[in-house]
Amino acid sequence: MSAQHIEHKEPLLRLAKRDDIARPKAWAIRAAAILLALVTGGLIILALGHSPIEVYGSMIGGSLSKGRALRETVKKAIPLLGTALAIAPAFKMKFWNIGAEGQILAGAIAASYFALFWAERLPKTVLLVVMAAAAVIAGGLWGLIPAAFKARWGTNETLFTLMLNYIVLGFVKYLQAGPWGPDLNPNGYPKIPMFAEAALLPKALGVHIGWILVLALTVLMFVYLNYSKHGYEIAVVGESVRTAQYAGMDVPAIVRRTMFLSGGIAGLMGFLQVSGASGSLTENTAGGIGFTAITVAWLAKLDPFVMIAIAALLAVLEKGADTIQTIYTIPASAAEMLTGIILFFMLGCEFFINYRVILRGKGARK
Amino acid sequence: MSSLFSISFVIAAVAAGAPLLFGTLGELLTEKSGNLNLGVEGMMYMGGVAGLAGAYYYEQAAGAASSGAVAAAIATVCAFLAAAFGAFLYSVLTITLRANQNVTGLALTIFGTGFGNLVGEAMGNAAGGFVAVSQSTKNVFIGGIPVLKDLPVVGKLLFSYNYLVYLGLALAVALAWFLDRTRTGLDLRSVGEDPGTADAAGIDVTRYKYLATCVGGGISGLGGLYVVMAQQQGVWVHDCVNGKGWIAVALVIFATWSPWRALVGSMVFGGLSVLRLYMSWGGNRLAPIYDIVPYVATVVVLIAVSIRQRRESQPPASLGNAYFREER
Amino acid sequence: MGTGNYAIELRELTKTFGDVVANDKVSLALERGEILSLLGENGSGKTTLMNMLSGIYFPDGGEILVDGKPVTIRSPKDAHDLGIGMIHQHFKLVDVLTAAENIILGMKGKGRLDRKAVAREVRAISEKYGFEIDPDQKIYDMSVSQKQTVEIVKVLYRGANVLILDEPTAVLTPQETEKLFDVLRSMKADGKSIIIITHKLREVMEISDKVAVLRKGQYIGTVDTADTDPQRLTEMMVGRSVSLNIERPKTEYQDLRLEVKGLNCRRDDGVKALEDVTFQAMGGEILGIAGIAGSGQKELLESIAGLHKVESGHIFYYPPRPDSDLARTGLHVPTDKAGEELVGKTPTQIHQIGVSLAFVPEDRLGMGLVADMGMVGNMMLKSYQSGKGPLVDRKAPKALAEILKDELEIATPSISTPVRRLSGGNVQKVLVGREIASSPTVLMTAYPVRGLDINSAYTIYDLLNEQKKLGAAVILVGEDLDVLLELCDRIMVLCGGRVSGVVDAAKTTKEEVGLLMTHIPTDREEADA
Repeated sequence: MSAQHIEHKEPLLRLAKRDDIARPKAWAIRAAAILLALVTGGLIILALGHSPIEVYGSMIGGSLSKGRALRETVKKAIPLLGTALAIAPAFKMKFWNIGAEGQILAGAIAASYFALFWAERLPKTVLLVVMAAAAVIAGGLWGLIPAAFKARWGTNETLFTLMLNYIVLGFVKYLQAGPWGPDLNPNGYPKIPMFAEAALLPKALGVHIGWILVLALTVLMFVYLNYSKHGYEIAVVGESVRTAQYAGMDVPAIVRRTMFLSGGIAGLMGFLQVSGASGSLTENTAGGIGFTAITVAWLAKLDPFVMIAIAALLAVLEKGADTIQTIYTIPASAAEMLTGIILFFMLGCEFFINYRVILRGKGARK
Repeated sequence: MSSLFSISFVIAAVAAGAPLLFGTLGELLTEKSGNLNLGVEGMMYMGGVAGLAGAYYYEQAAGAASSGAVAAAIATVCAFLAAAFGAFLYSVLTITLRANQNVTGLALTIFGTGFGNLVGEAMGNAAGGFVAVSQSTKNVFIGGIPVLKDLPVVGKLLFSYNYLVYLGLALAVALAWFLDRTRTGLDLRSVGEDPGTADAAGIDVTRYKYLATCVGGGISGLGGLYVVMAQQQGVWVHDCVNGKGWIAVALVIFATWSPWRALVGSMVFGGLSVLRLYMSWGGNRLAPIYDIVPYVATVVVLIAVSIRQRRESQPPASLGNAYFREER
Repeated sequence: MGTGNYAIELRELTKTFGDVVANDKVSLALERGEILSLLGENGSGKTTLMNMLSGIYFPDGGEILVDGKPVTIRSPKDAHDLGIGMIHQHFKLVDVLTAAENIILGMKGKGRLDRKAVAREVRAISEKYGFEIDPDQKIYDMSVSQKQTVEIVKVLYRGANVLILDEPTAVLTPQETEKLFDVLRSMKADGKSIIIITHKLREVMEISDKVAVLRKGQYIGTVDTADTDPQRLTEMMVGRSVSLNIERPKTEYQDLRLEVKGLNCRRDDGVKALEDVTFQAMGGEILGIAGIAGSGQKELLESIAGLHKVESGHIFYYPPRPDSDLARTGLHVPTDKAGEELVGKTPTQIHQIGVSLAFVPEDRLGMGLVADMGMVGNMMLKSYQSGKGPLVDRKAPKALAEILKDELEIATPSISTPVRRLSGGNVQKVLVGREIASSPTVLMTAYPVRGLDINSAYTIYDLLNEQKKLGAAVILVGEDLDVLLELCDRIMVLCGGRVSGVVDAAKTTKEEVGLLMTHIPTDREEADA
């Protein structure tokens, strides 16, 4: 027996699970986490030789001031929110769909096909509806592939969906370098030409109408997840596949259906990106949105309404970073880094919402 | 254009495979502890930029007296530490604070990518354009073992690489030996398979997870160093890692968690990634299609592994799950 | 105190989980070379107490003395260093590693792993105590009792002087239990101290020198085994006198309800699970199913429920006769005399052809219920499809939840509290209550009282008897042979996926059933079926 055991000592820190925490307290912890993240980011800005307050000020000014700045911010928030909504049902089912990035692109490719080759043959409204439908189907099918394998053989979906992102991205690059690039472009550039006017989404309040669509989708997704039979099935499958089977649910069918929906909504975001935001398909059409949206969905605890706030926050950061690049020559990558820091703090703070930390000698007995 | 069966293809494949090898070995070690760290891409950026900064600022400080070998050594240490720090953040969040591994890994990739590009470009801005390391440092990363490299055929084939390639090779052998032949390796595997059991057997699960994840992260970071110093020749190029971290994640699956197969897989994937330069048909138009071959290959392996269900080629059983002892 | 005579002494140990006090100032002492039974109902805090001794949990208060000296046990490693080893109910073994690798897990020693040397040492220990063990065999290839052997060797290899066994006989046959007890006695003779956690009174009487009793987290007392008897121990355990008799009501008539013919199926890993299983279950009786864990019980019930793929064979369902109570309720109208084939149908299809089949699976929170949902969400599990339109109806399940909560006295803060927060007994009441609410004609239950306190267990027995009297065919998979013998009308014994016999519960003995669990009599195999 070694000597160290003779001394009777409690560990320095111990944990106890909190059963319920008051909502305001939880949100206060989250707000504090964001604040701490901004302070940490501020220190880095300071290290780069700028005043954090000024830089943050211009970020807010550059993203939220009326007119163009705000419109650009909203434009960035739309696909983030929409993709987070797409991911929600999959994550609720504990199907780790890391492939929204690819599903966005799959949808974007399908929409672009009609924009490039059918623009003159169809009336505008019909064309846009066809583009949207094609995007949903393409994104849905791209989501369905890993779901089918998961349902049949239990193939790891995290890694599968991840790989599919790069496959479809390679295909976009291929289209860009050949069939839809130089072959279509009168000037022969390896770029996909801009869409005809008929293939562009109309605007409302200065931003493409995608924002209306996404807000409507938020409400629909809330109802779908919480009040529909499908939503109930998704919740049960996510909790326990055995229970779902026991209840007579056709689990493979539910997995496929849910991933088709998830991919389909992501595909629809691809349509909004090409038809609304940029007017053409590029390799940056998804541009990491599929990944960032996962963090949006997760931090919102899959609550569609909370996703609005988080998507807005990240969009402000991103647009703000464009501004500070021009004013302070701080590289725009600062936005990504700052997003990462905020994510770290928000992920970490959930722990303090779920657990009580007990210091040695304190709170041993209630 | 050279032939697919030439020595230069093999050399190019090894050169392209080396960063993948580091990323894969690092992630493999991490996953053996039950942590799925999707932040490899981010850690490679962190390692790459820290390595470049280390070498560059050392050269600035040492002036004319600077030595390429010292610069490379400093770069290696910096790259390892910076990436290990990224893995440390991941560890704090997922092991101590019990955050979701997938989401935390993505956050690390977002952070690391931003950090790498920000620091890389800020360094360039401060230096008035771009930073570049000295020729002597570059030469170290061009590599080649004196005398031996001049031997006919085998010289080029075996002895013409820089020190990182040999280091990667040594790491693969060491990791295979560690996991299969040492008690610590056995304990680590048990942590990844069944942390509850490991804990009950007196293994400090938290310590193992932290160590494996941080060391694994550091190793992955050397892949970033290779990209920046060898492939980009000591210059920061925006988005230079460009998905290699994700290929590394794929390669771990492709290798079904075996360091030996990781070694082979990295070289195969390296070969695939330079394939387009050696294929006489398709030209630039088909280049992107060649680029997706590694990913398709990984998907095929992933599916094959899930269909065959061999006990020995499955992922560590607790992969992706957090472990808490005092839960009820 | 502090005489130093005790191998282990616990003083006023306290442990709370959230608002639940699992151990409230529990004191206990264990002498060297002694076998102590730690007796208590499920949820009385036995395992929590022992987990503090083995370093899994850290106490909130109180102290632990080893050989008379106060110690701090912060981790399992500390426990090992003090010579304390625990054999958990759920084995702590890594499946993909070999026996030898599991045994040396986490131990200090030379950095290099010398597999041959370890195998030699393992063989030496095995010979000393009479174990049979292959050091190079992978755990996933082992039977339950082999795994337990590895666990015991693992603890001995670490030089443990105090062994704690958590419900070691739960997974063993009567014969294997005897073998285990022999090993425990030889370890005791070797000077080791042993604590055995159990709630089986007969075993307590057989193996232990002393019995310590816990009730609801409180320490009740320690008695010499020689001075007590099962009835008095039960009173200590429950806190009042209880009748240990289980009712076996007679029913007026029994009609054929289920006919299983030549059923064959495989486990998920491809191993044969059921081989040529043939039997009948009658309405108005309780058919017990006995067997070693993993003899095909799970696959049998799941095959009937349409949850498991059947390779060959038939399952015919016969509706209740029109004059039976069930038919009179009008819930089920028989259509024809021929049996309905259930093989090849999904649970939904079985439901659609009018078979009212209720199933209380072994894994309550992982299969029968959704742990994170409240009672309402769980009531909907099998009925959420009812009602038109894409949205779910919550009114009916809510009403049902309220009724069950009142009638079965389910203790829950509210009907929307996640069921995972309820105690084991209440969880089971939610599950059984929901299944019975569908007026089943066949009610299948697997280990329905496992983990329940005595009161809840008797509630469940009453509910099963009630369904029997209503004319349902009750199929009960059990592990406690004493209970099966008292409660059931007939007992079918499974051995390695085959029916080794069907006996009249009132006339058979525990020994006869125990024998059938490990041995298939060749001559009378078909005669009894």
